[in-house]
Amino acid sequence: MPPSPVHKTSYLRSLWASRKGRGIIYQVLMFSFVTLLLLLLVSNAFYNMEQRGLKAGFGFLDRSAGFGIVQSLVDYDETSSYGRAFVVGLLNTILIASIGIVLATFLGFMIGIMRLSSNWLVSKIATVYIETFRNIPLLLQILFWYVAILKPLPSPLDLFAKGESFSFSFNNRGLVFATPVPQSGFSLVLWALAVGVLLSVGWYLYVSWRRRISGVHLPTMLPCFAFTLILPAMVFVAVGSPLEFSLPVMARFTYDGGTTIVIEFFALLWALVIYTSAFIAEIVRAGIQGIPYGQSEAAYSLGLKRSQTLKLVTIPQALRIIIPPLTSQYLNLTKNSSLAAAIAYPDLVSVFAGTALNQTGRAIEIMFMTLSVYLTLSLITSFVMNIYQSRIRLVDR
Amino acid sequence: MFFSFRNGILSVAAAVFLFWIISSLVNWFFLDAVWFGTIEDCRLHQDGACWPFVGVRFSQFLYGFYPSAERWRVNLVLGIFFGAIGLLVYERMPYRSKIVIFMLCVFPLFAWFLLRGGVLWLADVPTGRWGGFMLTLVLASVSIVASLPLGILLALGRRANTLPFVKAFCVVFIEFWRGVPLITVLFATAFMLPLFMPASVNFDQLLRAMVGFILFSSAYMAEVVRGGLEGLDRGQYEASDALGMSYWQSRKRVILPQALKIMIPGILLTIIGLFKDTTLVLIIGLLDFLGMIQAGIADPRWGSPNVPFTGYAFAALVYFCFCYSMSVYARYIEKKYSEGRDRR
Repeated sequence: MPPSPVHKTSYLRSLWASRKGRGIIYQVLMFSFVTLLLLLLVSNAFYNMEQRGLKAGFGFLDRSAGFGIVQSLVDYDETSSYGRAFVVGLLNTILIASIGIVLATFLGFMIGIMRLSSNWLVSKIATVYIETFRNIPLLLQILFWYVAILKPLPSPLDLFAKGESFSFSFNNRGLVFATPVPQSGFSLVLWALAVGVLLSVGWYLYVSWRRRISGVHLPTMLPCFAFTLILPAMVFVAVGSPLEFSLPVMARFTYDGGTTIVIEFFALLWALVIYTSAFIAEIVRAGIQGIPYGQSEAAYSLGLKRSQTLKLVTIPQALRIIIPPLTSQYLNLTKNSSLAAAIAYPDLVSVFAGTALNQTGRAIEIMFMTLSVYLTLSLITSFVMNIYQSRIRLVDR
Repeated sequence: MFFSFRNGILSVAAAVFLFWIISSLVNWFFLDAVWFGTIEDCRLHQDGACWPFVGVRFSQFLYGFYPSAERWRVNLVLGIFFGAIGLLVYERMPYRSKIVIFMLCVFPLFAWFLLRGGVLWLADVPTGRWGGFMLTLVLASVSIVASLPLGILLALGRRANTLPFVKAFCVVFIEFWRGVPLITVLFATAFMLPLFMPASVNFDQLLRAMVGFILFSSAYMAEVVRGGLEGLDRGQYEASDALGMSYWQSRKRVILPQALKIMIPGILLTIIGLFKDTTLVLIIGLLDFLGMIQAGIADPRWGSPNVPFTGYAFAALVYFCFCYSMSVYARYIEKKYSEGRDRR
């Protein structure tokens, strides 16, 4: 009787018999399967790229892109490189995401608080708002605002005669306004603004310190407002208004000069804000309802008004519940801004993963860069959220 | 409602606002609307909806470019689909779990072969001719049916602390797809899948989109399942271990039946999200329900200012009905189970 095969099977069998051994077998199987799959995919990719005469590498980023972008925050023209187009797209994504987040937060908190109003009609209006805009696809809302509302606006050609100059207009090309051109001495105003911001921060710290040691409330908003706005304004007037405006002038078919925020920006922004605010409102409602009613009752019996109770007692506590899902909504808004591709707002996806990909055919490199941007963003956010949540847990008793 | 002066003003303002909204909507959609006729009538009466636009194109919105002689197949599939859902909503339905298993395992294959054709005597209908609401439902159901088992496996893998490689793989997989926007996933599968596949394999546009949807939705499903697994009492895991059950026995007989029950509302919410997200295929050139409406609006023969409004309102109504009824059902289930838990 040959002993070796029996020995082998019994060894495998004993490995299989324990949970730990089975785990090792599962892992080895899975590891080899994943590795094989990846190898297969990569070898296919190399073969296919060779067949199509494509070369891998990021060298194309330095080549001239050759297409125009209707809106860019940095200097860009057709001779700029693909790398530059990437930056333009990225900045446009950041622009719409940051403005959208601020507006959606305001609107969302407002609707969420309305939803909890003791007034039956007001709370029902908020409910209908939430249910309607949450349950209609975002893309449909974007197309609605773009195709049905904003595109039918009058064109500049309908509004202005040839040679006419104007300082401000909202037409189907977008928001057009005179470009401010800083003259000498404008840097003083910027310095005043910086000083104002510093003063506001200092004042805020002083106020919270006073409140901690003496319980006395000093006005915060008004002095901060005065520091950041009125101080620079006074310097501006004192220096002699060092700002000139270059007005857009109507040419034969369209206007020249001025600064334009394209209409696609407004369609996308408006849809994103309305859609996300409906979700934020629900988060706010759940957060406020998560605070025991005794907290508000205690505040009322201390003589606080309803608005004070919300501001000083309920919302600060509710924020603990609200902030984690709120950040994931912010992340969703940022990711959803990629729907810009549907109406050609020049964001990262539509400029880089759309136009640049179609021109260069560098699918792997371009998708890698685009996906990395969004991944980095989500990873950073969830990292920060984890820190925040662990800090909150320490505070919790 | 009128207890205080301030509250009274609020009520009046809200009532005026409501009256204004409702009356203008009713006027626009019903009283001033064009109900019958052609585009010429719509151009004459522009201050109301243009329902002939929906009427004329209704079959296109529903079937896309599916050949009219073969549309009975779509009707049959839709009939079974909605019939089964109707049966499942009724709680005392006999063989309820068998129907669920049939709908999740057998029906998708049946529906695919019936719709695609090319077998038996059925004529071949290439997926390029699929479109409209039917395509929306196909995309949503395929990604739901495929993402449920994948999501369960991924979630179990993510919680397998004794298997570090499996766990790491699942974490990376889930976080990757959850971290990127769906549209980039669709772009990636549309442009990169052909590169990664052997030259002999040819994926058509619809299949590429489906691959993207399945990868994306299984990651989201996995997080819902993980929530359900974590929501389950530790004692259940320990008790099944103490009874000497193997890993899969305990998952199959003890953990998943209870966890899935907690998850149903979360799963439904994910399904609502998926259903809304199917509209994104319009960006990669597939004509789903919204795509068909968009194509109709862009048609110059139907150029009239009230046509876009009508088209989008109709689409919004359809999507709203589906999503809202699902969310109402999800809330009902959540309430039912939480009542059951509280009774103990």
